[in-house]
Order: sequence, then C-alpha cells, then structure tokens
Amino acid sequence: MKQTNPSDVTFRSYAIGFVLSIALTVEAYVIALNHLAGSAGWALVLALVGLALTQMVIQLIFFLGLGRGPRPKLDLIVFFFMIVVVSILVLGSLWIMYNLNYRMTSPSQINNYLHLQDGI
Amino acid sequence: MSQALEIEEPNQVASDSKTIFGFWVYIMTDCVLFASLFATYAVLHNNTFGGPSGRQLFSLPFVLTETLILLTSSFSCGLGLLAAHKGEKAKVMAWFGLTFLLGLAFLTLELTEFKHLVSQGDSWRESGFLSAFFTLVGTHGLHIATGLCWMSVMIFQVSRRGLVAANVRRLTLLSMFWHFLDIIWIFIFTIVYLLGVVQP
Repeated sequence: MKQTNPSDVTFRSYAIGFVLSIALTVEAYVIALNHLAGSAGWALVLALVGLALTQMVIQLIFFLGLGRGPRPKLDLIVFFFMIVVVSILVLGSLWIMYNLNYRMTSPSQINNYLHLQDGI
Repeated sequence: MSQALEIEEPNQVASDSKTIFGFWVYIMTDCVLFASLFATYAVLHNNTFGGPSGRQLFSLPFVLTETLILLTSSFSCGLGLLAAHKGEKAKVMAWFGLTFLLGLAFLTLELTEFKHLVSQGDSWRESGFLSAFFTLVGTHGLHIATGLCWMSVMIFQVSRRGLVAANVRRLTLLSMFWHFLDIIWIFIFTIVYLLGVVQP
C-alpha cells in the first residue's frame, strides 16, 4: 500500500517529539533565568540559539516527518535551499549592519567604543 | 490501513503528493519571510531611542506559558491528523477542537501582551526596537489567526462531509502549517524573549 500522507509519523513519533520539545524549552528557559543577573556573553547566546535549532530539527523530524514524505528528496532539496537563503539573508544583514554601525559612529563615540571593546 | 486511503485512485495519490509538495514549498518561502523579519529585529533590537528595552518589557513566565500552550496545540494537531488517517471522525473533531481552543488561548495571550504594551505607552511608534518587535510577533500572530480560521472551516467540513479524501488532504496541509508556526515560535521565544531579557 502506497503512503499518501507526508508522514508515516506515528503516535510514538509525536510523543517523542513532544517530550523532547518540552525538555528543550524548559532547559532554555532555566538557562536564561540563571543568567538574568550576569552579563550575557556570546557563549550564552550560542547556547540558547543552539537549543532552538535542536528543537527545530526535532520538530521537523518527529512532527513534520521531514525526509519521509511522498517526495522526500525534493522536500529536502527545497528545505536546504531555504536554509541557504535564510543564512545569507540573516548573517549577511547582521554583518553589513554591524559594520555600518562601526563605520558611521562619530569620533567621540568611536573613542568610547574602542576603549570599551578593544581596550585602547 | 484506513478505508479512506484504500478507496483512493492512483491519480488521487499522485495529485495529493503534488499538493503536499507544493504546500511544503510555500512553507519554505514563508520561512524566508520570517527570516527577513528576524534579521530586521536583530539589527534594530538595540535601537530603543531612550525607551524601554526587552529586559524591562517582557515577562518570562508569561511567555513560557504561551510557548507551552502552542507546543501542546502542535502535538494535539498531530494526533488529530493520525486519527484522520485512521478514519476516526469523532477523534479528529475532538483533537482539532482542542487544537483550536489552545490556538485561541495562545492568540488571546499574545493580544493581551500587545494591549498591555500599547496601553502603557510602548507601542510600535516609540522606537525601532518596538517597531521590529510588533512586526515580527504580529506577523506570527496573523499567521496563527489565519490558521485558526482555516481550522474552524475544516472542523465544519469534517462534521458535514466526514473524512473524504479531500478533507484528509486538507487536514494534512493544515497540520503542516500548524507545526511550522510552532517552529517559528521557538525562534521568537528564544531570540526575542529569552535573549531580549538576558542581554542588557
């Protein structure tokens, strides 16, 4: 019998995805709560974004059945194309805008900035 | 295997898989839309123009509640789809009914937060940060509202015509849409709220 739905996603798969998602959400929440007082470093940002990305992959696999639909290969190709576009869009925007920000500050601000960031 | 699937023609199966693939492509393009809003938010989130930043505005327990409600609705929507593939109409109605209520609760909470912000003078007009925030979260809320309209139509359709092949296909697309909205919300939860509160 040929499958018509995008998923032979079963109850077990949904349950696993649900439990893992809750665990990751609560973990991210607790990490954020523990760092309310201190200043946030890049490690914390990366940790939280990493948890979000993990949860995205889990939901894609266990909820959306990525790679198990009627056209798994095409689905994946479009998905990875989207990832490429989104990466260029987001990383490119941030890169350009922070660069601009750096270049277009006034001399007094720049001195202040250099003092703070680079210890000059 | 369910009866609904057995009586389908091969043509029907082929066109269903085409529809599902097409909808998948739509979802991927919607991801690009949200990515551009996220990029805007990331660029503008420090531009508070002397106004409040995320740290002063956001309440984490409130947002965690929203997140868990939406996550549960995503789960119940999946269970509804499973029931649809097994041809169990009563269960489909129950699970999608529950999903609808949870989605409505989520939307109500989101609008409550917006109303609270606007009423204390922190509307989208105050700063670049707030404009980006309202655009990003508001666009997600608009998607949720659209999904809720679609879901109420589907519940009505299933109650009138039962689980015919066309309805099962539509429920499949609807649940894909709903799972997608939950995935977008994970990023709003992390990037806007958690990082917004953690970063000074």
